[in-house]
Amino acid sequence: MPDRTPPDRTPGRGTPARAPGPVPAQTHEALGALTAELVGALGHEHVITDHARRRTYECDGLAAYRVVPGLVVLARHAADVATTVRACATHGVPFVARGSGTGLSGGALPHSEGVLVVTSQMRDIRELDVPDQRAVVDPGVINLQLTAATSGDGHYFAPDPSSQSVCSIGGNVAENSGGAHCLKYGFTTNHVTGLDLVTPAGDRVEIGGKAPDPPGYDLLGALVGSEGTLGIVTAATVRLTRLPQEVRTLLAGFRTIDDAGAATSAIIAAGVIPAAIEMMDALSIEAAEKAVRCGYPHGAGAVLVIELDGHEADVAGEFDDVVRLCEEAGAFEVRVAADDAERALIWKGRKSAFAAVGRISPDYIVQDGVIPRTALPQVLRSITELGDAAGVRVANVFHAGDGNLHPLVLFDGSEPGAVERAEEVAGGILDLCLEHGGSITGEHGVGADKAKHMPRMFTDDDLAVMQAVRCAFDPDTLANPGKIFPTPRLCGERPGRRQGEHPLSEAGVAEVF
Amino acid sequence: MSDDASGAARADTDRLAAALERQDPAGEVRPAGPGDAVDGVRPQVVARPTSVAGVSALLAEAASQGLAAVARGGGTALDWAAPPERAGLLLETAGLDRLVEHEAGDLVAVAEAGLPVAALLETVGRSGQELVVDLPPSRLAGGSTVGGTLATGSSGPRRLQRGALRDLVLGATVVLADGTVAASGGKVVKNVAGYDLAKLMTGSYGTLGVIVRAAFRLHPVRPARRWVVATGDPADVATRARDVVTSQLAPAAVELDRSAWSREATVAVLLEGQEAAVVARAREAAALTGGEVVSTPPEWWAALPDDGAGVLGSGEGRPADGVLVKATATLTGVVRLLEAARAAEDTHGAGVAVRGTAAGVLYVAIGPSGGPGGAVAPGGVTASGGSDPAAVAGVVHHLRAAAPSPRDGTVTVLRAPRAVRAAVDAWGPVAGLDLMRAIKHRLDPGRNLAPGRFVGGI
Repeated sequence: MPDRTPPDRTPGRGTPARAPGPVPAQTHEALGALTAELVGALGHEHVITDHARRRTYECDGLAAYRVVPGLVVLARHAADVATTVRACATHGVPFVARGSGTGLSGGALPHSEGVLVVTSQMRDIRELDVPDQRAVVDPGVINLQLTAATSGDGHYFAPDPSSQSVCSIGGNVAENSGGAHCLKYGFTTNHVTGLDLVTPAGDRVEIGGKAPDPPGYDLLGALVGSEGTLGIVTAATVRLTRLPQEVRTLLAGFRTIDDAGAATSAIIAAGVIPAAIEMMDALSIEAAEKAVRCGYPHGAGAVLVIELDGHEADVAGEFDDVVRLCEEAGAFEVRVAADDAERALIWKGRKSAFAAVGRISPDYIVQDGVIPRTALPQVLRSITELGDAAGVRVANVFHAGDGNLHPLVLFDGSEPGAVERAEEVAGGILDLCLEHGGSITGEHGVGADKAKHMPRMFTDDDLAVMQAVRCAFDPDTLANPGKIFPTPRLCGERPGRRQGEHPLSEAGVAEVF
Repeated sequence: MSDDASGAARADTDRLAAALERQDPAGEVRPAGPGDAVDGVRPQVVARPTSVAGVSALLAEAASQGLAAVARGGGTALDWAAPPERAGLLLETAGLDRLVEHEAGDLVAVAEAGLPVAALLETVGRSGQELVVDLPPSRLAGGSTVGGTLATGSSGPRRLQRGALRDLVLGATVVLADGTVAASGGKVVKNVAGYDLAKLMTGSYGTLGVIVRAAFRLHPVRPARRWVVATGDPADVATRARDVVTSQLAPAAVELDRSAWSREATVAVLLEGQEAAVVARAREAAALTGGEVVSTPPEWWAALPDDGAGVLGSGEGRPADGVLVKATATLTGVVRLLEAARAAEDTHGAGVAVRGTAAGVLYVAIGPSGGPGGAVAPGGVTASGGSDPAAVAGVVHHLRAAAPSPRDGTVTVLRAPRAVRAAVDAWGPVAGLDLMRAIKHRLDPGRNLAPGRFVGGI
C-alpha cells in the first residue's frame, strides 16, 4: 500500500497545565483496599503504586491537562481488565482506560483517586480472517500494525488517524477515529462489527462478531466513540478493506482560500468523492516550508492535497476532471505525483503541518471543529477576523472534503495574557462552527477538554438522555468520570450495590440525575 | 385485542386531544378504526401531530394515562418484529413531513420523520443526489417514511459500498415516552460530540423513542451503471459473488438471489461510476463471474424475496401469511446459508427463497408447504391458509445452524403470523440483551413505547 498517511502527532507544546473542573473526592481507604486486592490478584509487576512511575501517565496527547492517577494497572489480557473493573465496582473507585495515550482531548486523563487501566500490553492480532475480510485484535494493537499485517494479502484497516503509527485500535474505538481518508471510507464506527466489552460492573459481554447487523439495539453504534464512559473494550472485530488498485495524488496551488474552497465545492458537485481533500492556508504552508522544505507552490494563499483511489479506470477518468476543476477554480499550479516518492513529498508538507507550526510560534493550541463544507470561505474569513481582533495568528489546516477544521492558534506563553487570548480565540472558533450548524469536534473527541462546550451544542434534555444511556451501562458513574458531560451527574436509580448516600452527592459536588 | 380488552388503561381521548391542541392546533386526534391495527393489535386512539411539540405533548399525556404508544409512518413494515403487547395510542407521523434542509453542496439532508422516502429521493434527485437506502420497491411505493425506514433499520444492495442506513444517519431528534425531546449527532458528516444515539434508534422499532427528525449523508448519483448477471449452482455462484466483493473492482453492490426450490442461484453485480470506467469494470466482473453485462437491473433488484408479482406469479403481492426472515453471515458463510436453505426445503417441506447482499445480510422468505415450482408459494396459500409453524421453526433452526456461532451469523424473524411466532424463537440468541434491557429501562421505564415489539420482549 502506498504510504498515504500523515503521522503528525500534535502535542500543544508548552501550554500550561490546568486542573479539569472539580475532581470528585473519593476516599483514600477505598483505593487502598483496592490496591491491596489488585496486587494480590495481578502481581506487583502489573500494578504500579510508585508515585514517580504513576506520574509518567499523568497526561495523554493533550499535555495541558495533567493528573497523576491514583493507581495504574498494566493489563495483559481481558481477564485482567475484568478483574480490575470488578474490583473498582466493588469499592466504588473510578477507572479510566488508556491505550497509547495519543488522544488530543484529554479522554485518557487519569483520575487522582482512581485506577488507570493501560491496555498497551494487550497487543496481539488474534485473528486475520482475510477470506471474510475481518480481523480480531486486542485493544492495544497499533492502528498501522494491523494494516502492515494485512497489506500482503491486499487489505488494510481503513481508519487512518494522523497518529496511526502509534495510536491503538482500542483508542480508535473509544474516540471513533477518522483520518484524512474518512471522507470516502468513513470512521471507526463504520469498520467495527464486534466488540468484547468489560462493562463498568466488571462483566464480560461479547457484542456482534464477524457478521454484520447483530440483532437488537445497535450497541456497537453506542459504544464506538463513547470515550471510555461505557466500559472497556478488550477485543475488536474490524473490517479489512481491499487495497485500491490505483492511488493518485495531486497538489494544487491557489492564490486565495476562496479559490481553493471553490475548487473543493466544484469537485464534490461533480459527483467525485476523493479519498482525501486536504487544505492548508498561507501561514501553515509557511510553517511547513520552514520545517520540511516541501516545496509547495511559491506564493500560494492555499494549497489542496487531493487523492483519488479505486479501480484504475475510475481513477484515470476522475483525475482528469479534478485537474480541470482545480484549474477552472484558479489553481496556478497543479503538480501530479508520478510515483510513491513524489506522493510522499506532497504529503510531507501536510503531515508535518502541526509540528511545523512550532517553528513559527513558541506555543499553539490545536483546535478541532466541523462546519458544513459550503460555509468554509465564510468561516475562514471570520476566523481571521477573530484572530486579528485578539492580536492572535491562526494557521489553518483541514480536511476540506468534510469540513473538519484544525485551526492552530499561535501564541507565546511567556507573554502576559497571551494564553487567555489564544484560548478565547480557540473557543470563539467553536462558536463559529456551531453558528454555522457544525460541531465542536470532528475527530479529537470531547474528553476533558471540551466537556464545558457541550451545553453550547446540546440542550439540557439532549445531554440528560445521553446521560441516561450512560447510566444504563454505568449506574455508579465509575467509567471515565468527568469526560464528555459538563456537569458531574449521578444516576438516579442505582441497583443495590451501593449503600447510603453517594459521596459526590453528599459533598454537594454532583446533582442526582 | 385493544387495551381495555386486555385489562390495560382506557384512553381519555378528550384529554389527548386537548394536550395536542395546546401545542399543535393543526394536529388531529380520532378514535381508532379496524384499519388502524398494528399487526393485529387495535389501538384506541389515532393521533396525527404536525409538530415536534405536538408529538411531545401527546406522548407525555399518553404516558400519564398509562397508554402504550406505537408510531406509524407509511405502515409498510408495521408487521415486522413482534406485535406490540398493547397499543393505546397510534401516533401517525404523516403530519411531520417537511424536508427541513437540503444544502446540496454539503450532501446532507435533514427531514422530518413522516416524509416519504420517495419524496426525499425526488427532491434531492433534482440536485443529482440520493440517499443510498435502496428500500424494497414495494415499501418505497407504499409510502415508507424516513422515520419508519430508520426504525426498521432498512438496508439494501448498496450497503456493500456505501454502508447501511446506520452508517448514513448523521443525527436524529427523538421524543421519549415522557415527552422529552432530545437530539444527538448533528448535520455534518464528521462529528464525534456526545453519544451517537441516532445509531441506537436505528432499527429499534420505536421502542426507545419516536424519531421525529433525522439528518442523512447523501451521495452524488453516479452517471453510469451496469449490472453483471450470472446464474449457476448456488454454492458456485455464492463463491463467485465473494470473489467480486473482495476484488479491486469496487462494486457498488453484489446481490444474490435464489428462488424457493431452485437448484440455481443468480448473482448480480452493480458497478457505478463514469461511463468508460464502468464499462471496463463490468467487462472484468463478467470475466470473474462468467456473467453477462446488462444495462438494467434484474427485475428482483432490491425487492424482498416474497415481494411482487415476479416472484409470486400473481399480481397480489406477498401472501398474507408470508414469513420473512433476516439472516446474516460472514462473506464465506453466505455459501453455507444458501446450502442450508436448500437442505431445509428438503427436510421441512417449505419453500425457502433467499435474496440479499453477498456482504452477508440476506432476506429469506419461508413459504407455506408446497412442492418445487420455482416460487415461494406457487398457487398461494395452503388449504389451512397458513404456513406450517413447525416447518417454519424447523427452517429457522436449520438456517441458524448454518453459522458456527452467533458471531458468524444470526437469523431473526421479521414478519410472521401469530401461530408461527408462537412456535419459533423469533430473535435467537441476542448478545448484550441485559445492556439493551437497561437502556430500555432508562429511556422508557414505564414500557410505554411499543412494548413487546423487540428482542427479549423489550
